[in-house]
Amino acid sequence: MSRENVSPAGWIEWRDGAAGGSVVLGGPWTIRQAGAIERLLDRFTPPVAERVEVDLTALEALDTAGAWLVYRTCKRLGADGREVVVTGAREEHDILLREVAGNDNPCEIEPPTENVVVRLLAEVGRETVRLGHETRNLLGFFGIVMSTVGRALVNPRRLRFTSLVYHMEQSGLNALPIIGLISFLIGVVLAYQGATQLRRFGADVFVVDLIGVSILREIGILLTAIVIAGRSGSAFTAQIGAMKVNEEVDAMRTLGLDPVEVLVVPRVLALMITLPLLGFFADIMGLMGGALMAWASLDIQPSLYLERLQQSVTFWTFWTGMIKAPFFAATIAMIGCFEGFQVSGSAESVGRLTTRAVVEAIFLVIIIDAGFSIFFAVVGV
Amino acid sequence: MSEEPIIAIRGLRTQFGSQVIHDNLDLEVRRGEVIGIVGGSGTGKSVLLRTIIGLIRPKAGEIRVFGENLAAMEATERRRFEQRWGVLFQDGALFSSLTVAQNIEVPLKEHLKLPPALSDQLAALKISMVGLAANAGPKYPSELSGGMRKRAGLARALAMDPEIVFLDEPTAGLDPIGAAAFDELIRRLQQTLGLTVFMVTHDLDSLHAICDRIAVLAEKKVLVVGDMAEMLRQDHPWIREYFHGPRARAALGEAGRAEGDD
Ligand SMILES: Nc1ncnc2c1ncn2[C@@H]1O[C@H](COP(=O)(O)OP(=O)(O)O)[C@@H](O)[C@H]1O
Ligand SMILES: [Mg+2]
Repeated sequence: MSRENVSPAGWIEWRDGAAGGSVVLGGPWTIRQAGAIERLLDRFTPPVAERVEVDLTALEALDTAGAWLVYRTCKRLGADGREVVVTGAREEHDILLREVAGNDNPCEIEPPTENVVVRLLAEVGRETVRLGHETRNLLGFFGIVMSTVGRALVNPRRLRFTSLVYHMEQSGLNALPIIGLISFLIGVVLAYQGATQLRRFGADVFVVDLIGVSILREIGILLTAIVIAGRSGSAFTAQIGAMKVNEEVDAMRTLGLDPVEVLVVPRVLALMITLPLLGFFADIMGLMGGALMAWASLDIQPSLYLERLQQSVTFWTFWTGMIKAPFFAATIAMIGCFEGFQVSGSAESVGRLTTRAVVEAIFLVIIIDAGFSIFFAVVGV
Repeated sequence: MSEEPIIAIRGLRTQFGSQVIHDNLDLEVRRGEVIGIVGGSGTGKSVLLRTIIGLIRPKAGEIRVFGENLAAMEATERRRFEQRWGVLFQDGALFSSLTVAQNIEVPLKEHLKLPPALSDQLAALKISMVGLAANAGPKYPSELSGGMRKRAGLARALAMDPEIVFLDEPTAGLDPIGAAAFDELIRRLQQTLGLTVFMVTHDLDSLHAICDRIAVLAEKKVLVVGDMAEMLRQDHPWIREYFHGPRARAALGEAGRAEGDD
């Protein structure tokens, strides 16, 4: 009996009989027909009778979905106090009907939903508590990492040199093209926007000051930090998170290895070394982009551009930008690793925490940047 | 038995890169039987299962399911055939963002235009049939134990009332009591629903308790197919080791000893 050559639709009809009447079911009652049969049943209203016979002789095929519909029909007929007798069921159909009748246990599909307002308040409360815990844990983690880094620097044999170089390549060297391209384009945009504004005052040449100061002090390094947070911070979370899911981190602990020393320190140090270098590269590319655009749209020759740059940019213009780089790097790397260690259980949490790591890292980078701005304003550089 | 086999594999070859997993493998599965696939770790049992259900493309050979060569089919037609089997992956592979009941409704909603009330009822029916309590329906997979996840996975595999179910190590990771209960569940459902069961397993108790036939996978092909008595008569060293080892003797008890002695 193959399912292809059965006639396409199940049917149900009423036949008057001696003692009451009979409901005759026929054709295939299978899951594929279930929707159509359900609509038939909705319209099917048998006349009132004391005794109803449900005749299954004409049933061609039956599966659990069909058996469920047959069972429900019988239940409905019997609900009004009628006597229901099933006849003509084949043996295999009878087994199915009994199986279905024994499993009539309705259940909820979704967990009960609370009131929207209550849920909103509960959510806000939960998030606040989580944020508090997380801040405390994060600070604790910073402390642990700092002391481990300190130990590694005092005793360089503890430093995983291969791992350090590997991460420097991954997060530093391999990021050069994207960082270079973005900074160059930002330099171009800055020059163009600055030029259109400054030309109205006849102060064209000050576009060089604008580019030099904004790129060196802020944009070059901030942009680099944001790209690296998205590129390497997320990678750190995903890598450590996957190891956590595989219980590799636990295995490491039982083998007497310190996960912070093995996993975190190389990543933090790698980023602290490469982010300033990448920032420097971004500065140069940004200035070059600006130079190109200044030349093309304002006719400022490269020689004039350089001369103007030397006048407007001081030692501190460059260093106020550069000083921030290691702080950004440490923040990004530690948040990435921290969120990786927060992964528990499922692979789903890896994704969630990766997103959180990137958002938190960028947020903190900007907060730190603002803090530095205030600091530099106060000390007057 | 002249009936056409429900699954027929001929000359199957699968490989990853240069690593050949199966070479010239033949296997036939009869309608309505429970066939157990055994073999050492890494012999390609899971790969065989995945190849039959079309997740891995064979390099050569032919796989006929329901008498049709699925590899030669159009994608839409194939999808219609795929609804005629259900798969239970190891550990259930439930969608973690959906509740158990919603997981079971996924294939119902995807392939059939059922009224929502009916699909809810069918989900509840399946949950009860696999022996889960009604309060498991609105729970998320992460809230369930391993055994419950397997039952929920089985319920989802049965959602479309399939003719074949594929099980990959259904009792692995369950405690012995849970494993025995799961064996019994599979047997009972197989008999009431008239299923064909293709089961990859390492569990000698399962093999003994519910398999009609056993296929031994070794040396890149199916070495022998037969019932337990036939396995015990084999001379191949790996098969002897497997079915006459200390664990086998414990699992098979009297039957093992009696057959082994002759
Ligand atoms: N997607 C894949 N890519 C490459 N090799 C694979 C892949 N899946 C399985 N293998 C290899 O195929 C072999 C058989 O695997 P598998 O079928 O999972 O073994 P088992 O019999 O234990 O279930 C193993 O050696 C495994 O490394
Ligand atoms: Mg396997």
